[in-house]
Amino acid sequence: MDTLVARYSRPAYQQENQFDDIEEYDYAADSVSGPSLKFAMPPVAHPSSWLRAATDDRSNPHCPIKIAHGTTTLAFRFQGGIIVATDSRATAGNWIASQTVKKVIEINSDLLGTMAGGAADCQYWLAWLGMQCRLHELRHKRRISVAAASKILANLVYQYKGMGLSMGTMCAGVTKEEGPALYYIDSDGTRLAGNLFCVGSGQTFAYGVLDAEYRYDLTVEEALELGSRSILAATHRDAYSGGFINLYHVKESGWEKHGFTDTNPVFWKTKLEKAEFSNVTSDFSEEV
Amino acid sequence: MSMFSQNPLMNGPNYSFSETPRVGAPEGAREHRFDPYTDNGGSTLAIAGADFTIMAGDTRLTSGYSINSRFHRKVFKIGGTTTDQHDAHLVLSVVGFAADGEALMERVDAMCKMYRYRHGRPISVKACAQRLSTILYNKRFFPYYAYAILGGLDEEGKGAVYSYDPVGSYEREQCRAGGAAASLIMPFLDNQVNFKNQFIPGSGEGHALQERERRPLTRQEVEVLVKDAFDGAVERHIEVGDGLQMMVITNKGIEEIILPLKRD
Repeated sequence: MDTLVARYSRPAYQQENQFDDIEEYDYAADSVSGPSLKFAMPPVAHPSSWLRAATDDRSNPHCPIKIAHGTTTLAFRFQGGIIVATDSRATAGNWIASQTVKKVIEINSDLLGTMAGGAADCQYWLAWLGMQCRLHELRHKRRISVAAASKILANLVYQYKGMGLSMGTMCAGVTKEEGPALYYIDSDGTRLAGNLFCVGSGQTFAYGVLDAEYRYDLTVEEALELGSRSILAATHRDAYSGGFINLYHVKESGWEKHGFTDTNPVFWKTKLEKAEFSNVTSDFSEEV
Repeated sequence: MSMFSQNPLMNGPNYSFSETPRVGAPEGAREHRFDPYTDNGGSTLAIAGADFTIMAGDTRLTSGYSINSRFHRKVFKIGGTTTDQHDAHLVLSVVGFAADGEALMERVDAMCKMYRYRHGRPISVKACAQRLSTILYNKRFFPYYAYAILGGLDEEGKGAVYSYDPVGSYEREQCRAGGAAASLIMPFLDNQVNFKNQFIPGSGEGHALQERERRPLTRQEVEVLVKDAFDGAVERHIEVGDGLQMMVITNKGIEEIILPLKRD
């Protein structure tokens, strides 16, 4: 165990050659199959601008490599813990790459992260964060605070600033010292603590519902319903969001999953039983 | 030379480091470009069943409008002990840039071999899927132009399909189409494998209609779906055709089936 800790306990900037021009396949590294900080770089003067031309759909619509994007995610603090909710659509340009993405990433049994922006960036770095959190536990013999975990991630993305990482993530967890704690971290290096965040292309629609109905003393049931309803609103108005509603409740004892629910039946149930979305009619001849 | 260029003969020889003189540029000024990728077209498809997985791909290799090969594989057995992969238990399909795809396949295969030597047993699909994700992400800033799909049987013997984007985000799915004709094949799969937009007749009006219940498909049904999907794609996509390569993974091993497709 000590050798394991020693191997990973160097700070990120000391770990191997991060920007080695020559890609050498290291078979020995296969024994360490976890996320590492060794990346192959293109042999050009400005790797980031080359990368943008090759992969950024918005700056170059004819880019050969389409990276999955698009999202609505939200999380909010309330008296019973934290609610985390997301949609499940991934888009590459106008193409819906998947309707079943898991945008809530289980960092460990206590911490959740959310995925907005580049799907691979979020998956990889939140898995890496999970590794760092476990190492923190082994070194200090207690759980990492949400503040510390989010700062590890924020410092990491700050090191890669300008390299083209794209992530807007929220870290949610409940600890004894902090209570329910929620942080927003993005690839610019921003790290904010707050009560309530919505991130992604559908964030404005989710904020609209969430801000109107949010109170800190919401019951657990009300809070889950509000999370789900805010995502529903976003999937309804944002073309880049849709699919399924992924709902989580974070408590001090860890997180709890509350379903991966298809939006379509939820939409019709909301409309017919609560008389919301009255703008929508099932008969197109009545549509204005 | 046109073999290596996207637009053959239109802009002259086209190397990876192309050095095209600009018209009207000042004397001695040259534009340097770095174009390491070509789109070699083609399509792949994977469907997981209850106790099998079928991975398929067409065998045409194109660049631009030229067909450079009518039999070039993009579905590979990996994780075996020898080069003929007779005891392999995983299948990797790659589509996009063939060179990147093959480099990726060789790397994953080498990794599976190392795992076998170190642990004395073949790698699980789940572990291989996770490792493939990190292999792709390690080239986050100089990506493999390859859309990979990994297929095998999970610990319970059920069919498993993992699909990837070029930089390593991945997800386990029931079915996935990749490559040039993905947008033609995927909607067909949604409907025929996951029974999307299929309802029980007479079960209600409008949105009260009940969805058709999902059931696992048999191997025969899936083989027919794969053939139909590719016949459809060949009919409407210029980069798909010539041959259909199918790998059927069961607990008895991997069976390779090669079938003809239209060659025009």
